[in-house]
Amino acid sequence: MTAVVGVPVPAAADAPARPSASLRARRRKQSLLAYVLILPAMVLFGVFSFYPFLRNFKLMLYETPPVPGLPAHYVGLHQIIPTITSTSFTQSLVTTLVFVVLVVPISLLAGLGLAVAAHRKLKGMTAYRLIFSSTVVSSVAVAAVVFGTLLNPVVGLLPWLGINPTPPALESSTWALPSVALLTIWQFLGLSFIIMSAGLQSVPDELLEAARIDGAGPWTRFWRMTVPLLSPTIFFAGVISTIYAFQAFGAVDILIGNQNAARLHTNVLIYNIVTQLQIENNDGAAAIMAIVLFLILLVLTILQMRFLERRVTYAR
Amino acid sequence: MAQVSLDGVTKRFGDTTAVDDLTLHITDGELLVLLGSSGCGKTTALRMVAGLEEVTSGTVSIGARVVNDVDPKDRDVAMVFQSYALYPHLTVARNIEFPLRQRGVDKEERAAKVKRAAETLGLGTLLDRKPGQLSGGQRQRVALARAIVREPLVFLMDEPLSNLDAALRVQTRADIVELQSRLSTTTLYVTHDQVEAMTMGHRIAVMSEGKLQQVAAPEALYNAPANTFVARFLGSPGMNLMEGMLVESGALAGADEGGRGSLSVAFPGASVPLPAVVGEAVRGAGPEVVLGLRPEALHLSEDGAIGASVVIVELLGAETHVICHAETGVTIVVRQSASAAKPKIGEAVRIAVDPDPAAYHLFDAASGARLGGAP
Repeated sequence: MTAVVGVPVPAAADAPARPSASLRARRRKQSLLAYVLILPAMVLFGVFSFYPFLRNFKLMLYETPPVPGLPAHYVGLHQIIPTITSTSFTQSLVTTLVFVVLVVPISLLAGLGLAVAAHRKLKGMTAYRLIFSSTVVSSVAVAAVVFGTLLNPVVGLLPWLGINPTPPALESSTWALPSVALLTIWQFLGLSFIIMSAGLQSVPDELLEAARIDGAGPWTRFWRMTVPLLSPTIFFAGVISTIYAFQAFGAVDILIGNQNAARLHTNVLIYNIVTQLQIENNDGAAAIMAIVLFLILLVLTILQMRFLERRVTYAR
Repeated sequence: MAQVSLDGVTKRFGDTTAVDDLTLHITDGELLVLLGSSGCGKTTALRMVAGLEEVTSGTVSIGARVVNDVDPKDRDVAMVFQSYALYPHLTVARNIEFPLRQRGVDKEERAAKVKRAAETLGLGTLLDRKPGQLSGGQRQRVALARAIVREPLVFLMDEPLSNLDAALRVQTRADIVELQSRLSTTTLYVTHDQVEAMTMGHRIAVMSEGKLQQVAAPEALYNAPANTFVARFLGSPGMNLMEGMLVESGALAGADEGGRGSLSVAFPGASVPLPAVVGEAVRGAGPEVVLGLRPEALHLSEDGAIGASVVIVELLGAETHVICHAETGVTIVVRQSASAAKPKIGEAVRIAVDPDPAAYHLFDAASGARLGGAP
């Protein structure tokens, strides 16, 4: 770490004269302090993010034999194409995309709807806000157990309502993925609600009042004022929820598991990666899939940053 | 065009009464200014006319129609907000057009009206811009254009000039007055700025703590304030107010034909004789009164009635404000012309009152209400 600390501070390019010795000493002290302050975060990121991330690129180049105990051998880039064209990967990518399409629009719309409803100045609204945002702090394990119970064919909510699908929802090739999506939507709803509520705070009441006087009804005000003004927020929530949905694992693992007949229909990317890694012992394939997922999410993040720059034009 | 009436209108927010039994009639084509300091309830009153606040009790009428339960969009009013409230995602043209679009005006008529409104306010070249690309003054004009474009019955303006710089404010003030008189649209204009109120209003309604204090033409309001609040609020600096006792003096020596003495207001250490006309008007009132004297009705003179020492001399160019600590125990501001001799700080002076009866304002000490009617 001494090497990092010792990085010289470049003088400003347009500095009229060389800074005095005392000034340089002070600057060096300040930058030293700055590096010390970011050190803990850098260590954490280094150990849990950067190192595993870089390690992936090495794993990608090695093939692990299907028989346990044998050492992995170097294959270079040769296993990339077979992996990303394999049925396992393409099916899992399609499943993930379907899952994202199921989760993202509904959780955004529901979050927006709840945020608009809770934006009114009514008594007891704080309690509603607390309830709406509470899903964000509930653990996926607990939520999955609750949803699993609700969807249970014997003691669940569905038989109580007189609905008895065969096979049961969580074992059905049609309903297993929507069931996992439902849980994910419910879990993301809290965050979606919080993001949308924060966005609504930045829409001035006067704008909506002006629109009201100008003749716009509630529906027009929502679609022609609130939604366009919230569009950066909605886009932001969209990107976040897409990333969230792409990374779904816990819900699939607990709600469906690997003993379930429907598991092939809920085999989302992360679940597939974990299966490749832990069950198939195929480190190389897992690393390649992880990198593809990274690239997908990278593109989404770049899009988000580009779009957020447009917010400037919305300043009043 | 229409008249606007508020009859016994009260608005409460929980335990707070924002507007208290307000009765106000704005005649057809009039520009009435609602003036008061912040929190006095003037904006709430305006918002009740707009329909953005519900009325707790009383009635609001526009034309012959009671509008208490009428939705804002159906009241046929247009409002200009302090922040302008332009739609940031729409172009200037779309902003101006918005109210017409909502009313289902057809495309050609819309285009013609937008063009006319934009030309009226000199926005012709800015129609394709977004509000974020405009200066404060330009945004203000877009807000006005959006208000005039659909020719509403009533304009409601909530401090529309307060976000402009001083020079632009003077210009826009004149523009609004000109526009209003050309369109003859009934206008309720809210401001805390007395200069705006005095220069723009056909009449001014002064509010304080939710209550209407006085409604009158600017000149009448200035010359005959109904109470000490209005007296102090209007004018810059406001009226000097001094509590004293109304006494009859010289009943024997200077007795008039009825055997009555002349009246004066006595303070600790000074006494200001009232002109006969003023004295007659307030005879029998008091005896505890407040004497109000405008700074311009005072001058420094050796034979002045009130002794004082000079605290601050403010040079404003065209005039000078001499702020004195009077022997009566209060601070008195004297407005001098720039050419008058300027006293030194700490100098002992005497303050004299103009002989014009209109210079004297008397108020009841307990209620603050004006005594003796208008001059």
